[in-house]
Amino acid sequence: MSLIRKPLNRRSILRAGAVGGAALATPTIFTSKVWSAGYLNEPTGAEVILGFNVPQTGAYADEGADELRAYQLAVKHLNGEGDGGMLNTFSSKALQGNGVNGKKVAYVTGDTQTKSDAARASAKRMIEKDGAVMITGGSSSGVAIAVQSLCQEAGVIFMAGLTHSNDTTGKDKRKNGFRHFFNTEMSGAALAPVLKNAFGTDRTAYHLTADYTWGWSQEGSIKKYTEGMGWNTAAAVRTPLGAGDFSQYITPVLNSGADVLVLNHYGKDMVNSLTQAVQFGLRDKQVNGKDFAIVVPLYSRLMAQGAGENVKGIFGSTNWHWSLQDEGSKAFVKSFGQEYGFPPSQAAHTTYCQALLYADAAQRAGTFEPCALAAALEGFEFDGMGNGPTLYRAEDHQCFKDVLVVKGKENPSSQFDVLEVVEVTPRSQVEYPAEMLGGELGACNNGA
Amino acid sequence: MVTKISPARDYLLFGVFAIAVLTMPVWLAPIGAGYPDLLQKFAIFGLFATGFNLLFGLTGYLSFGHAAFLGVGSYTAVWSFKLLGMNPIPAAILAVVTSGVFALAIGYVSLRRSGIYFSILTLAFAQMSYNLAYSVLTPITNGETGLRVLESDPRLFDSSANADGPLISNLFGIEMTGYAGFYFCAVVLLIGFFIAQRIFRSPFGIMLRAVKTNQNRMNYTGLNPRPYTLAAFVISGMYAGLAGALMCITDPLAGAERMQWTASGEVVLMTILGGAGTLLGPILGAALIKYFENIFSAFNEQTLHEAFSFLPDFLEYPVVSVAGLFVGEGWHLTLGVLFMLIVIFLPGGIMEGVSRIGRLFRRSSSKVEPSGATAPAE
Repeated sequence: MSLIRKPLNRRSILRAGAVGGAALATPTIFTSKVWSAGYLNEPTGAEVILGFNVPQTGAYADEGADELRAYQLAVKHLNGEGDGGMLNTFSSKALQGNGVNGKKVAYVTGDTQTKSDAARASAKRMIEKDGAVMITGGSSSGVAIAVQSLCQEAGVIFMAGLTHSNDTTGKDKRKNGFRHFFNTEMSGAALAPVLKNAFGTDRTAYHLTADYTWGWSQEGSIKKYTEGMGWNTAAAVRTPLGAGDFSQYITPVLNSGADVLVLNHYGKDMVNSLTQAVQFGLRDKQVNGKDFAIVVPLYSRLMAQGAGENVKGIFGSTNWHWSLQDEGSKAFVKSFGQEYGFPPSQAAHTTYCQALLYADAAQRAGTFEPCALAAALEGFEFDGMGNGPTLYRAEDHQCFKDVLVVKGKENPSSQFDVLEVVEVTPRSQVEYPAEMLGGELGACNNGA
Repeated sequence: MVTKISPARDYLLFGVFAIAVLTMPVWLAPIGAGYPDLLQKFAIFGLFATGFNLLFGLTGYLSFGHAAFLGVGSYTAVWSFKLLGMNPIPAAILAVVTSGVFALAIGYVSLRRSGIYFSILTLAFAQMSYNLAYSVLTPITNGETGLRVLESDPRLFDSSANADGPLISNLFGIEMTGYAGFYFCAVVLLIGFFIAQRIFRSPFGIMLRAVKTNQNRMNYTGLNPRPYTLAAFVISGMYAGLAGALMCITDPLAGAERMQWTASGEVVLMTILGGAGTLLGPILGAALIKYFENIFSAFNEQTLHEAFSFLPDFLEYPVVSVAGLFVGEGWHLTLGVLFMLIVIFLPGGIMEGVSRIGRLFRRSSSKVEPSGATAPAE
């Protein structure tokens, strides 16, 4: 038989390359990469490509989906489709609704999965393969910091999405990275006076903290401001992200002597921990002769909706809320509502603003070159985007604007109307010196 | 049983494989995969799957916790960057050593059982490692945030000159990103492949196959299979550690999610998809999965509308909405369908498909073998 001279295995392996290639040759859109001497991914055709890197799966998927909707809306408005949204109320009139620098805005998307690894891989793909000249998005500080440093090394601009940790524009700040969203320092400064009025100065707090950069940051800020006004901290317990069941963490609170529970959780974690805390009857308890209180320093409408009844009367802070009555917010809520049928979340708002701010800076700089664009954003003062007069501070690339302190509404009129604004803390009250949070911006990188 | 393969053919195979790997940037470009990050992933996960296959393909022990070694390798590599400097070579060596020791400990316990119990034990160990990295060991692993190299780290052997340079690993001045990073990974993959090939052909490899075939019979012959399986487990763990180190060499960041059970499952999928027990199969499987993950997950409605724009409008919208389920966040669905098709119709993975096609070509020239059991292609 032909057993001995049967080289079937050998030859088949030699063919493996060809067949493997055929197996891989599934249809795909091949976007050619444009390298030129000026800067990385300089757009040379009729389009400029932006990379939208948002969580489409995982604990923050709801926020990610809303972010993507906002980005798509922003692209429409930039290209002159739809009603123009906040472009009409934005104080800078550089953008005409005919693209940016004469180029139509196109985009690519990626899934961060709320994991640093996956987020960096998809950002790299957008930079290396799709030729994105800017990356934006993210719904977790861990991811934002990881992607920000990647963009710095690669040489593109990073416009942070929903990231609330101090570190993003503090000790991990980068010259190529910009953040519109507020941070835990501002949350602390804005919340403290409201908490003082509501609960007095003689309180003992117990923290449950999501165990990653944002949780640590928020725990630190809230401790700093509450202890500053006389509160004690009984304990601060770290919980793993996405724990699901928080009962083992909540039981000890009952016997700790604390009378305030601070939940440094976000997304589905907050929904779960708050719901369980309420189910354990914490809010009906009396400790040290005072009513037990729960505080959720970072609130979002999506979370409040998820927690339902349980959020009533609970204080927190937020970057923006759709019920605001200024022209910018109204314009944005209107065009978002027309497009998708419900009001935008704060995640949608901040990413929409970031996309517009980037486009505006590019238009004013007359180029997409990261360094020129960064210079145009640094120290930029603007208004009409829903947060009042806002400054993009040059020293740390952090936006400074008013902070909203909100409370879960007692009598919601609709499923979206779950938060009421208690106080708008003016920008001057939440400002802090840039050196306070440490870190170095370093030099900007064009990636050429 | 195993057809005798002449060394010359082995070298030929290796040569062709080497050329194919090194020219990947050229021939993968037309399908949109010719960009450095994805190429690096191909090489890294190819190596990971090759190592996994040394255990699963040869001994038949299905480890469901291999990602633990990947994670250990990653953390070791980043610590090596932090303490010793940004050179990838000590990082890779230390990662291999640490993951080897780790594999020895886990293997010593887990290999007391076989079959499903072994799988569950390894899964348990991996999940334990993941949870430790996530919570208790945060001082070492930096938990959810991920371990990164910071400007303030000692980095003993780095000259102070490049103190303010970017924190990327560099091999004597060559920065390990982009194509340079890919070629570094590719060379490591080739070395790993060569070693795997030698193991496949060696008497040790034959012993491992004997474990898979019938362990009882081996016992009765007076041979103790434990040292062989343990050695295979440790070698396989070292491969995983090296792959983990490469991940950090191309991108100095280590996160706990690398150790999650989904990551362990992924390498099992890669190996089965490509063909367990074959030399090339796992590498093909790894490439296919990474390709899907990166390319299909990137499609969104906009690209679909462009792709189907040739259709009339009333057709385009339904087609796009159906196709939309399989791309973007739904790429897992595509992968699942593909995996099912392959497992049902080609139990030997892609390599079985390849050998079937090979047989078709041969049919004309010589008489067909009565192919009873589907022998792996390699």
